[in-house]
Amino acid sequence: MLAVNFLLLAAVLFCIGVYGVIARRNAVMVLMSIELILNAVNLNLIAFAVMNGNQDGQVFALYVIAIAAAEVGVGLAMVLMIYRNRKSIALDELSEMKG
Amino acid sequence: MLGLLLAQASDWITPVIDWHAVAPELVLVVGVNVVLLLDLNLADAKKWMLATLTGFVMLGALVPVVTLAVIGDDSRSLFDGRYVIDEYALILKAFFLLVAYVVILMSQTELEEGGYYQGEFYVLMLCSVLGMVMMSSARDLISIFVALELLSIPAYMMAAWRKRDVKSNEAGVKYYLLGVFASGIMLYGMSFLFGSTNSTLLTDIGAALTDGDLNGMEVVGVVFVICGFAFKISAVPFHTWAPDTYEGAPTPVTAFLSVASKAAGFVALVSIIFLAFPNASDVYQPLLWVLAALTMTVGNVLALRQTNIVRLLAYSSVSQGGFILMPLAFAGNSNAGGSALNAVVVYLLVYGFMNLGAFAIVIAVSRKTRSGEISSFGGLFGYAPGLAVAMTVFFASLAGIPPLGGWFAKFNAFRAVLQAETNAAYVLAAIAAVNTVISAAYYMRVLRSVWMDDAPDGDQSPVVTPSPIVAALGITVIGTIVVGVIPSAVTRFAELKDLTGAVVP
Repeated sequence: MLAVNFLLLAAVLFCIGVYGVIARRNAVMVLMSIELILNAVNLNLIAFAVMNGNQDGQVFALYVIAIAAAEVGVGLAMVLMIYRNRKSIALDELSEMKG
Repeated sequence: MLGLLLAQASDWITPVIDWHAVAPELVLVVGVNVVLLLDLNLADAKKWMLATLTGFVMLGALVPVVTLAVIGDDSRSLFDGRYVIDEYALILKAFFLLVAYVVILMSQTELEEGGYYQGEFYVLMLCSVLGMVMMSSARDLISIFVALELLSIPAYMMAAWRKRDVKSNEAGVKYYLLGVFASGIMLYGMSFLFGSTNSTLLTDIGAALTDGDLNGMEVVGVVFVICGFAFKISAVPFHTWAPDTYEGAPTPVTAFLSVASKAAGFVALVSIIFLAFPNASDVYQPLLWVLAALTMTVGNVLALRQTNIVRLLAYSSVSQGGFILMPLAFAGNSNAGGSALNAVVVYLLVYGFMNLGAFAIVIAVSRKTRSGEISSFGGLFGYAPGLAVAMTVFFASLAGIPPLGGWFAKFNAFRAVLQAETNAAYVLAAIAAVNTVISAAYYMRVLRSVWMDDAPDGDQSPVVTPSPIVAALGITVIGTIVVGVIPSAVTRFAELKDLTGAVVP
């Protein structure tokens, strides 16, 4: 069955996403990496739905897509907010609080 | 095409909806819309009415919870068991609504005096509480995910509520990025659980996962889901956001995050562990054991060197999370499983009262001192004896001194762990006992400053505490003391039979 290929692709996407979240300093790039993770999840869900012949996975994927859109909306608003206050979206400069 | 659709539509059976069972959620949904609409039409001078209205919505949603509990003969199951209203769900719904009510009392003056957006704040808070109320009933991966996001997304915005303040911005962004990252990890785990068990219903997953026969996908699923929730409950090593977010966010929001949002994470974790993973204890037990031990130890050690009271409370709430997590590590043990569920829920109830109270004191005192340093609490007994006594109650309860609620909660957690009667349980209980002593050190340091020191600037003018905060303090003090003196008031909640479908192998 080809489904294994989809799972592998999803695993690769997931790893790229996690690497991006950890390594990137730019807030927008981190948001994009998180999108990669969520898309890896969607691929997984749909591959499993086809493999098992169970539509629940596709419904789950639709929920993930809708909620991810809401999340990114909030995230971009926050990035815009820090850009207005600091003229920069570099995450490593966000260190007002320590300890 | 249309004919085909219509032919299929004839098979459609309208699901039976038990309106009484979903009444608390419906009241909240109506409340969200009414507050939003009213906010558009109210003059700025009258915005205070929104806080009152939101408070009434919380209490209004409490009414069906109470009537359901009074009828309470059996559990009500909706949507093929994906949304279940049982006693476990009811007690937690009541808890979330009460916590939200107290947080509204605490935030009212802060929002008015700070000139923040009040209407939007209350709307977001109602949405977040709706998510929590849904979380108590969610028994399906999809509904847990939707409830988790519904309670988190408004919380991200509330953490960043002081728009012009860079600290608040930082608090919101850190919370947001780590929160979304964690839900991505959790979802990846959920996708594997769905794939290997072919169901999103927790009880079906529970039937499909069996110890000793777990394949790699199932193990990855269990571990990733638990790690995703470990972020929400700020368990070490997923706690790094918590102190920064707590310090930067407005204090009432911090109280909300550290009590309600954390409790919601625990509720989801409890439902998942008892319903979906009862037979995967080989995987989750060592993981939760390590998380619990690390969380209480690291939280306590870092709390020792804090000089800011909110950061101290942040690390204290991390370590309290470790104590709540401790009994869960033995959920799969046939001796301890039932008491573990009870210990977690009782600890959450008590923790809600005492931690909210501690934050209410911080809000009341910092209105005068304009400082978050622990030294600014010096001499509090001299000029505000009432606040000093209330603060002593909360901090002594957090430290676990009898006869206060925190003592009973800790006792209950220890009892559940010791019932497991394994070496792992004894070692974890010993680590927890050492941590109780360490935690007493920093709670007592604050209290010593309150009772012994002089006011740092010699300012002895009394603290003016607004009446909503007095009300919040009253509710929390009474709650903290009553649970300690009459523990039977809460112990009957959340026995194993109250969580529908829960089995302990």
